[in-house]
Amino acid sequence: MSDRGSVSTLHVRTRVNGEPAEFLCGPAETLLDALRDRLELRGSKEGCGTGDCGACSVLLDDRLVPSCLVLAAEVSDREVLTVEGIARGDSLHPVQQKLLEHAALQCGVCTPGFVVAAKALLDLNPSPTEREVRYWLAGNLCRCTGYDKIIRAVLDAADVMRRETSEVTT
Amino acid sequence: MSGERSFTYVGTRPIRHDGLDKVTGRANYGADFTLPGMLHGYVLRSPHAHARIVSIDTSAAEAVPGVKAVITGRDIPKTKGKLSLGEAALELGPMGDNALAHDKVLYEGHAVAAVAAASVDIAREAAEKIRVVYEALQPVMNVDQALAPDAPILHDDLVTKGQPLPDAPKRTNVALRMQLKRGDLDQGFAEADVIVERVFTTPMAHQGYIEPHACVARYGEDGQVLVWTTTQGHFVVRDASAGILGMDAARIKVVPSEIGGGFGGKIPVYLEPLAIALSRKAHRPVKMVMSRADVFRATGPTSGTKIRAKIGAKKDGTLVAADCSLYYEAGAYPGSPAGAGAMCAIAPYDIPNFSIEAYDIVVNRPKVAAYRAPGSPSAAFATESVIDEIAERLDMDPIELRLKNAAVEGDLAPYGPKFGPIGLVQVLEAAKRHPHWTAPLGENQGRGVACGFWFNAGLNSTAVVSLSADGSATLVTGNPDIGGTRVAQALMVSEELGIPVERVRPTVADTDSIGYNDLTGGSRVCYATGMAVIKAAQDARDQLCARAAKIWDVDPSCVAWEHGRAVPLNGASDHEPLTVGELAAKMTATGGPVVGRGSVSAPMAGPGSAPTSATSRSTGRPASAGWSATRPSRTSARPCIRPTSRGRCRVAQRRVSAGRSTRSTSTTSPATCRTPASSTTACPWRRTCR
Amino acid sequence: MQTERYEAPTTIADAVRLLHADPDARPLAGGTDVLVQYRAGVRRPSAFVDLKRIAELIGITLDGKGMRLGAATSAAEICEHAEARRLWPGLVEAVALLGSTQIQGRATVGGNLCNASPAADTTCPLIVNRARALVAGAEGERSVDVEDFTTAPGRTVLRPGEVLVALLVPRPAPRTADAYLRLIPRSEMDIAAAGAAVSVTLDEGGTCTAARVAIAAVAPTALLVSAAAEALVGTRLDDAALVRAGDAASSAARPIEDKRGTVAYRRTVVGVLTRRAAQVAAARARALA
Repeated sequence: MSDRGSVSTLHVRTRVNGEPAEFLCGPAETLLDALRDRLELRGSKEGCGTGDCGACSVLLDDRLVPSCLVLAAEVSDREVLTVEGIARGDSLHPVQQKLLEHAALQCGVCTPGFVVAAKALLDLNPSPTEREVRYWLAGNLCRCTGYDKIIRAVLDAADVMRRETSEVTT
Repeated sequence: MSGERSFTYVGTRPIRHDGLDKVTGRANYGADFTLPGMLHGYVLRSPHAHARIVSIDTSAAEAVPGVKAVITGRDIPKTKGKLSLGEAALELGPMGDNALAHDKVLYEGHAVAAVAAASVDIAREAAEKIRVVYEALQPVMNVDQALAPDAPILHDDLVTKGQPLPDAPKRTNVALRMQLKRGDLDQGFAEADVIVERVFTTPMAHQGYIEPHACVARYGEDGQVLVWTTTQGHFVVRDASAGILGMDAARIKVVPSEIGGGFGGKIPVYLEPLAIALSRKAHRPVKMVMSRADVFRATGPTSGTKIRAKIGAKKDGTLVAADCSLYYEAGAYPGSPAGAGAMCAIAPYDIPNFSIEAYDIVVNRPKVAAYRAPGSPSAAFATESVIDEIAERLDMDPIELRLKNAAVEGDLAPYGPKFGPIGLVQVLEAAKRHPHWTAPLGENQGRGVACGFWFNAGLNSTAVVSLSADGSATLVTGNPDIGGTRVAQALMVSEELGIPVERVRPTVADTDSIGYNDLTGGSRVCYATGMAVIKAAQDARDQLCARAAKIWDVDPSCVAWEHGRAVPLNGASDHEPLTVGELAAKMTATGGPVVGRGSVSAPMAGPGSAPTSATSRSTGRPASAGWSATRPSRTSARPCIRPTSRGRCRVAQRRVSAGRSTRSTSTTSPATCRTPASSTTACPWRRTCR
Repeated sequence: MQTERYEAPTTIADAVRLLHADPDARPLAGGTDVLVQYRAGVRRPSAFVDLKRIAELIGITLDGKGMRLGAATSAAEICEHAEARRLWPGLVEAVALLGSTQIQGRATVGGNLCNASPAADTTCPLIVNRARALVAGAEGERSVDVEDFTTAPGRTVLRPGEVLVALLVPRPAPRTADAYLRLIPRSEMDIAAAGAAVSVTLDEGGTCTAARVAIAAVAPTALLVSAAAEALVGTRLDDAALVRAGDAASSAARPIEDKRGTVAYRRTVVGVLTRRAAQVAAARARALA
């Protein structure tokens, strides 16, 4: 008979999408499960549980990671950004907007992962080539679209963001 | 085609109504739903590919703190029921046995027990304490093993359906044999200058949808059941779960979540009957989510196959004979797409002599499910490879060889009916012209071409279009939206009502809230459900016309619909046209809510049947029923036009006198109408035909 | 076994103490192997000991002697290090192969080495660059040549309670460059069917004066193939020498057959990869003034 009383419960204090957040979790609980079940942020999806599909992508201290392979306990005092934190207030991030305009989604379950991954790319590299976009997004699998529209949307979003930046600076 | 209808909304590219939710992560998929007090389910699965279940002892599992219910095959009655799916029938007994094994486990991963507990971890820990005693049996893993003379038999009571071979053994793993034949095979091969015969194998392959199966079930104390699930067909979930559990389907409401891919694999039920049974035992809602490992082990990939294809050709490239044997792995229970494979194998070509036989064979693997044109790609791999080899032997261009034998409209499909316009020749010629075909090849580069064949499903759909007082419309249908069908359907409503697509609100309703719908699959939603949607929208539109007639106090035959407005036909009224908004605002005063209905049972589309969408449009407007109305006395002879189908208009001339109306109608046939269909000015009646 | 604890020590001494006290506890760096195995039920440790809060295990420092690469430094961080890329292009290109962008944000060289998969990508470049593994345990620190670190699939020389702290990579001699190539069934995100790392040193005239060759995924552990290196030393790394080196690698390989390739295929391919990696390393070395 198991004695689950010996499994510790951890109290994690962290920041998610720019706001303080805290939750209780088990020692082997993943960040993905904590986001979804403890914080009720269900935009990140579990497609594989092994870090292969990218549907669980989040940013951890600005670094793109698969949240299914991060323990919830690891994010104490760190910064987590999920798909729910990508829109700028009431307006969509250019990646989100362009995915819609290019009809670059069909079932949409891979879309949150692509949004986070593409935002991470464009924050790091505002002028990626098509090849760079494809290789950066290789960890995000899509079974519906064939990827081409997603790539076009990301390149288009990069364009928009470069123009926004130059408008700000001129 | 000349004289085509020009569209206002169809052909535009609006942002889909569910798009915002999908790019922000707000959309709710199967695993995104929770209910208060929810438990978590975990499935214990067989480690053996083939074994008898001797005993199952769940007592240690039940004693784990936090465990609220444990079920085994004992909790799921064995049933002989069937579920109709168009022409086919799904056997519920095998589906129930697949969901939770009774006497035998038939593949590694086959569910043998399920636990509901306070957390997945507790449920898993408890499941690992369930003691199952198996008597391992020798498995059969492919068609050769299954057909061997001393092969282990999966189902003692399996009888070969269809056209079994006369000398076939009684105890068998062959669930079905069918054969398509035409002409004289021996004669055909005798005329051949080159014959190629090869054997091909293709492996089992999973659809690989990114979203694993997931559901939440709540069995209420009153016996009413709520199921939230990711599925291609929530009516299938309802009816199959009811049949498997021996419940009345009317007590089950299934709410379809957004679906993260299906491709055919989310048609069968796996978790829902288990979640319902666990909820019933635990008196709490139960959530079950499959791991990726379970998805691969225990859902429904497509068949592995072994296909022998033998094709003969004359030296000028004429294909004269084809002899194919298709052996498809059904997995643990009968039901591979072998028959569909047989129908498709040589369908692109007009071959006068052929025998195509197909076998549905059970093996100790997961029961297969549909996977995008089920059965066809494997068959095409075999026949197209052989045709390429024939082209090589004849030193003929592979496209030319295919063109020479391409089936055209009027040819008989291998499975019987005449082909309608199928466009294969056009496709091949376009391929020939494409730079990819003529570009020079680099070092170590090859080039290939192949044809494929498939058909759309038709089946049943229901749609309801309701007007709101502000002139917007809600559209309710019952097909889970896998790729954007909601916005496509909204565009259809837009077009028929003449209102912007943003003013149409499309919803996929649960099984309580919409009439019966067959599942999403077989490319049927835009086609068949689209028909129902158009019918419903036209019904709503006709009702709006009738309301306008009432407002204007004219005969409904004098009202036409044009770009979102009711317009009085020439001379029928001095009133200005009325918009959807204006009419909707007056709904209550003119007769109550305007609700349009459409339900269809559509025939199979594509080759072999005429496109029926045109038919539905041309008959969408109700055939002229007698209308008579009491009007204030007026003497007039004014023509009112009701354009029906393209090039055809029905001219009605009314004479009304002294309160009585008589009518005579004459119809202008396409032969006599010389007006170009889309020209308003040239039409004597200043009308535009649809 | 249930996983009952998550620990996040901030010093090497604390980590060693925790691991020594509980032999069923498992060190956790990026988790891209450990957590996958945990999910598969393969290894359920009693506790995870997260190494990433220990300053000495994260980060890259370079000095006159060479590079000290913290064992728990993420692949992404390594690939962003311009100087590391310049001095050890083969090692860094191997690090860059560790999975998708997301995996790169987590995976570590220490984890890759300690997981001891026969197909590990970073082990061979470390070997050809004469890297040493710095290990801390209850008895203090020791260093192990990387070519001696893994002993069998999944097995290393780490004793209970020991933790890999850093990889020490000596500064390459003048006109020395490395390269790593692997073959995978797909184009991204897969496990090597065969891999080859080569480091060559040239003299001023362009003759190879030193070389090291290590091959991956064709034996239970990474293999240092001295015969392949000998085929290169004293030559101008001409085609004939490269072919001889490739053949030596093929001869030394002891691959198994699995879903990624047959014995014959892997043996052939590792020879091709050795030849090509030597070519790339040679070109890089020649380009160094």
